[in-house]
Parts: sequence; structure tokens; C-alpha cells
Amino acid sequence: MSSSHAHTSYLDVKDKYQFKPLNWILSVDHKRIGVMYLYTAFAFFIVALLIGVTIKLEKMFPGQQIYGPEFYNKLFTTHSVIMIFLFIIPTMPSIFGNFFLPIMIGAKDVSFPRLNLVSYWIYVLGAGIAVGGIVLGSPTSLIGGADTGWTFTPPNSTLSGSAVSSTLLAAFILGWGTILTAINFIVTIHRMRAPNMKFLKMPLFVWTLYVTSWIQLIATPVVGITLMLQVMERFMPIGWFDPTKGGDPVLFQHMFWIYSHPAVYIMILPAMGAISEVITTFSQKAIFGYFSMVLSTVGIAAVGYFVWAHHMFLTGMSEVAQFVFSFFTFLVAIPTAIKVFNWTATLYKGSIKLDSPMLFAIGFLFNFSIGGFTGLFLGALNVDVQLHGTDFVVAHFHYTMFGGAGFGIFAAVHYWFPKMFGRIINEGVAKLSFFLVFIGFNVLYFPMFILGVYGMPRRYHDYVSRDFFDPIQKISSVGAMILATGVIIMVLNWIISGSRGKKASDNPWGGTTLEWKVETPPTLFNFDKVPTVVNDVYDYDAKGGLHG
Amino acid sequence: MSNNQDGAFFYLGTSPHVEHEDKEAAKFGMWLFLYTELLLFGALFLAYAVYRSIYPKEFEIAASHLDRTVGTVNTIVLLFSSLTVVIAIVAIQKGNKMLSAFMLILTMACAFTFLIIKTFEWKAKFDSGIFLVPQSNIGEASAVLSALPQGQQVFYGLYFVMTGLHALHVIIGIGIFIVILVFLFRDIIHKKDVVFLENSGLYWHIVDLIWIFLFPLYYLVV
Repeated sequence: MSSSHAHTSYLDVKDKYQFKPLNWILSVDHKRIGVMYLYTAFAFFIVALLIGVTIKLEKMFPGQQIYGPEFYNKLFTTHSVIMIFLFIIPTMPSIFGNFFLPIMIGAKDVSFPRLNLVSYWIYVLGAGIAVGGIVLGSPTSLIGGADTGWTFTPPNSTLSGSAVSSTLLAAFILGWGTILTAINFIVTIHRMRAPNMKFLKMPLFVWTLYVTSWIQLIATPVVGITLMLQVMERFMPIGWFDPTKGGDPVLFQHMFWIYSHPAVYIMILPAMGAISEVITTFSQKAIFGYFSMVLSTVGIAAVGYFVWAHHMFLTGMSEVAQFVFSFFTFLVAIPTAIKVFNWTATLYKGSIKLDSPMLFAIGFLFNFSIGGFTGLFLGALNVDVQLHGTDFVVAHFHYTMFGGAGFGIFAAVHYWFPKMFGRIINEGVAKLSFFLVFIGFNVLYFPMFILGVYGMPRRYHDYVSRDFFDPIQKISSVGAMILATGVIIMVLNWIISGSRGKKASDNPWGGTTLEWKVETPPTLFNFDKVPTVVNDVYDYDAKGGLHG
Repeated sequence: MSNNQDGAFFYLGTSPHVEHEDKEAAKFGMWLFLYTELLLFGALFLAYAVYRSIYPKEFEIAASHLDRTVGTVNTIVLLFSSLTVVIAIVAIQKGNKMLSAFMLILTMACAFTFLIIKTFEWKAKFDSGIFLVPQSNIGEASAVLSALPQGQQVFYGLYFVMTGLHALHVIIGIGIFIVILVFLFRDIIHKKDVVFLENSGLYWHIVDLIWIFLFPLYYLVV
């Protein structure tokens, strides 16, 4: 760092309010907002994770173990709603995007700092309604929560007596929070890049955030209004999705998946961006094929718009439509594979350091490849008929969303933690937690592929005891316990390291992007002087990428 | 580029951050937001397209029962209000605060007129027995509506939701213009800084534009 005199970090800025928490919850500083998202999202993550563990424990043996089928339905819905709407979708853009996007493009904040705070409060409001609906319950049942799964498919979600409406409303509100964040990021990237920071000189994480923001902008309004229509259908039957009034329930599924398939790219693309940053830094080698990485990001987003109906192959679409959607589903594998090849090629002859962020990145590559390939199984029309609605789908989804996006998030936390909080995470414990999470994850979900092929339906509370079912279910449940142990050790390690860890230097990993050029932790306005871009973004030959 | 001897990605420039409000950014953000509004209604238009292709005859019959004159009057009222909001922007740019305020009030008056006409239109439909009831009093559901063919039932479901959501946007627009009027009198909006007013004008045009599509789809189908 070139500046010689000490600066105040964003954590120690002079308090404006007597009541300490107000200095955080009313702060418009993008870094503080990012940290608030971090705390909130991970709190929900732990809750949903523990719910997931009880689901696996319930399924450990045939017959009822802990609770009955109705409660089971509500629990898996709660698990999915929290994980998807409160954790995976907002985590990457809202935590790391908020914190690092302005720094990585050399700006002092986002374009609309106040709107950014509004987004956070919309998120909190939506989360409150979602969780409130779960806790308070509905008139017709003592235990709250919806029991429809996160897909809210009518007519079940119209007729269900559970708290579907509040959950739908929560998802609608959360959607507007992400839309506002997306608008903020797009405008920031267009208007606030440092001098000479051309689009093709931006770090790949910024690129993925940019593309993700566009997906959010294009897809979210459609699902938002669709969910509101479903709320109306429940309160004041409008007949849009009611066959007795001339409506078509399948139309809901189309309108839902038009968003919700691109939404999985909202979840995975920023994770891919973070993985790109980690892999290049820990190989000390420029990312292989920067431009093809950018193109494949845009490509995934573009093609991802034309694949939604592969969730609906069994709804009785025309064969032509099935063929087209199956074709595009296969097509999306190409840009995805380009990314995996580029990451692998970046590792080749790099000076690889296997620190905890890199371990999570490699775990990502392993899990995500399995998730991607099994996605091709499900995209094939004839195979999908067999596998649709089985545990195979659940395993595939978790391999991409947890093994992929989730591991990406963990890698990002380990990578950026020193910059965010100024302290180093205990590396030994971090590695231990990685191996527990990685092993637990694969022990939990890989058997579910086998279960699915054998015909174990998803979302079932119980199963008939069979010789080949029972041991596989048991292995899977043991995996869940290992995984949860690993995650809890990992999060505790963050909490302890946050206060007791060693002080971090400005650039502990030897990264080249701009966030490693500013102080640790960053000052309120990130930079004293506006930085100017000179070379390509991942230039490790330039004296290890360090400046000054 | 003299700082670039060591070939690093960045050098730290000498100019400090300049404090300024980026008005282009504010407008850009507004356009993006309007785009989400279009997509929001886009989903509804999609549903309309689907059901109209399934029930073309029923849609034609149901649409013929909507009052075309009332629809036309409302279209004219809304179009006129778009004009007044543009005059309000030009007036304040030329420094004429009173004219600008007057035009804003006229815009709000048009919005109210639109809503009043819309209320009478809906009221007439309710009186003829076509209405939606809450799930809690489903027993009192309209016998007239449920006796209609399914295509017509869907038509009225679409009609009430889409015009209702549009009317909600008109109400929000009135709220925005009240805030803008306060800003105008407090000189937050002035000759040099009209970006708030411009953005709310853009919003109003979108509300207008959506009506331009709703009008033919519901009133001129026949």
C-alpha cells in the first residue's frame, strides 16, 4: 500500500448514533451493508441446514421416526424456501457483490447507496414475512409454513390449507429486493468504473455479477407477478390457474419456471465468478481464456432463458416443444464446460497453493462437474421420464446448488474474509472443516442418485423397507450429520477468527485485483485516489501483481 | 503511464474522488426499473395471449360487453395527462415554477378522473352481476359469472386483475406527483436539477403506455 499514514477502516468509522447498532442498520456504506447481509443470510442458512438434517434423520429408517408426513411437508418446504430465497439467491450478489464490486472497479460506493440500504430492508421484511408465516402458522393448522414445496404448483397451492399465501408474498417482496440490487449493480458498473477500466478489463467476478444482475432484472418481475396472482387465486379466486373457471394450471408452471430456471443461474454464476478469482490467485497464473470466460458467462445466461420447460416434460407439452427445450438444455452444457476446462487449464503449470479457499474451489470443480453431467441425464427426454420426481433430481439439484454455488460461497468467504474483517481465518480448522463438508456432502448426496434410479420418489415422508433401499438411505443420513458438523465447525471458525485471528496484511493471497490494493480492512471511501487501470486484470508477472 | 515501470495492473492516480451527483445514473436506473415494470405486465399480456388463443370466440363476446366509449374517454384523459407532465418538465427547465406546479396538479386531476371513470365502469359490471368474491365468502359467488362459459370467466378474471393492477399504478403515480409537488415548492427540484421530475414523468408515461395496450386488447377486440 502506497499510503504511509494510518487510515480509519470502515469498521471503526466514527459513530453517528448513540445507540450502536443504528450505525450499522442505517449505514449506506456498501461494505457495512454487505456485512449485514452476511450475518443475516448465514443465520438463515444454519436454520435451514438443521431442518435439512432432521429431514434426513426422518428418512434414516423406514417408518415414522420423528414427525408425521404433514409436518415433513412443511419442513422440506421451509428448508427450500429459506435456502433458495433467503440464502443462495441473495448471498453472492448481496454479500460479496455489495462489498467488493465497487472496490473491484475502483469506485468508492455503488451508484445508489440509499437504494442499496432499502434493498437490505426489503430483504429483511421479506425474510420476516417468510419466517413469520412459518412460526405463526395459518388458521387451519397449528404448525405454520407452506406444504407445497418451493415450486407452489397449483392446484395444490390453491387448495392447500397451509400458510402458502404468506410464503408467496415473502418471495414476491424478496424478489423486489434483488431487482433493486440488480439495478444498482448495472448502473454502478456502467457509470462508476475507474478510468481505463474497460469492460474487458473487469475482474471475472464483476462480469458474473453484471450478467447475474441482468438475469435478475429480466426474470424476477415475471415470477413476482405470477406469485401474486397465486395469492389472489387463494384470496379472491380469479380463475387464471383454475381449470373449473377456464384457467390452466400448467400456465402457472410455465410462468414460474420462466424465472425459476434462470434463477439457478442467478445462484451459480456469481459463484463461478468467485471461483475464477480464487483459482487464478491460488495458481498465481492469469486465468486461461479470459474472453471465453466472459462469453460463456453471457452464453449461459442467454441460453438459460430457453430451457425452462425441461422442468415440465411430463406435463403433456407437444413433442416439438419437448424436443426444443431438451436441445437447449444440452446446449447450455457447452459454455458451462468451457468454464470448467478454463479453470482446469489455469491450474496447469500454475504455482498452486492449497489453502482453504482453493480447497473449496477444487471441491466446487469436483461437485459441480457431477452436478452438470447428471443435469444432462435429466435433460434427455426419455431418461427424464424415468428420473423425474425422484431423489435423483434432488441429488442433481444439491450437487449444482450446494456442491456448486454453496462451495463457491464458502470459497468466497475464506478468500475475502481477511479483507473484510482484517483477520486471517485459522487455516488448520478451515482445512478440517473443508474435508468434513466435502466428504459429508458426497456421502449425503451421491447415494441419492442411486436411490433415485431405483425409484425413490422425492418429497416422500416414508418408504417401504427394501434390501437395497435401507442401507443406502442410512449412508445418506450419516453423510448429512458429517456435513452439518463440518459446516458448524466452519462457521464457528469464522466467528472465532473474526475476533482472535491474526491480523491480515493488505494482500495475504497475492491477488491482482483492486480489492487487494486497498487497505485491510478498507477505509470508508475505499481509495484515497482514483485508481487508473494499466494492464490486464490478471497479470501476475508484474512483480507478483503487487504495486507500490 | 509513467507510473507503469513495474507493469502492475493499476497505478494510483493523483486526482482525489470528486463529489458529484450522477444524473445520468439516476435516469439509467429509472429506465431499468421501467423495464421491470414492462416485464411485470408482460407476464400478464402473455397469459392474455394464451387464453385468447384458446378462447377467441368467448373473448370477443365478453369484450363486446365492455363500454367502448368509457374506455376511449379514459384513453384520452390519460394521453392528455402525459402531455401535461411533459409541459411541467419543460416549464421548470425554463424556470417557470408556477406553470410547472399547475401542470402537475392538472396531471393529478386527470389521474383522478381516470380512476373515477374506472370506478363507475367496474361498478356497472358489479351491478350486472359480474364480480369476484373473496375465498372466505365463496358461497356468495356471482351466479351470473359462474353461469358464463369458461372462456368468458377467464376473460373477466384477466380484465379485473390487469385493469386493477394498472389502476394501482395510477394511484401510486398520484402519490409520486404529490411528493414531486412538495419537492418543487421546497426547491429540491429547480431549473438546474429536474431529474426527479423527469423520472416520475417517465414512470407516468409507462403507466400510459400500458393502458395503450390494455385499451385495444379489452375494448377493441370485437
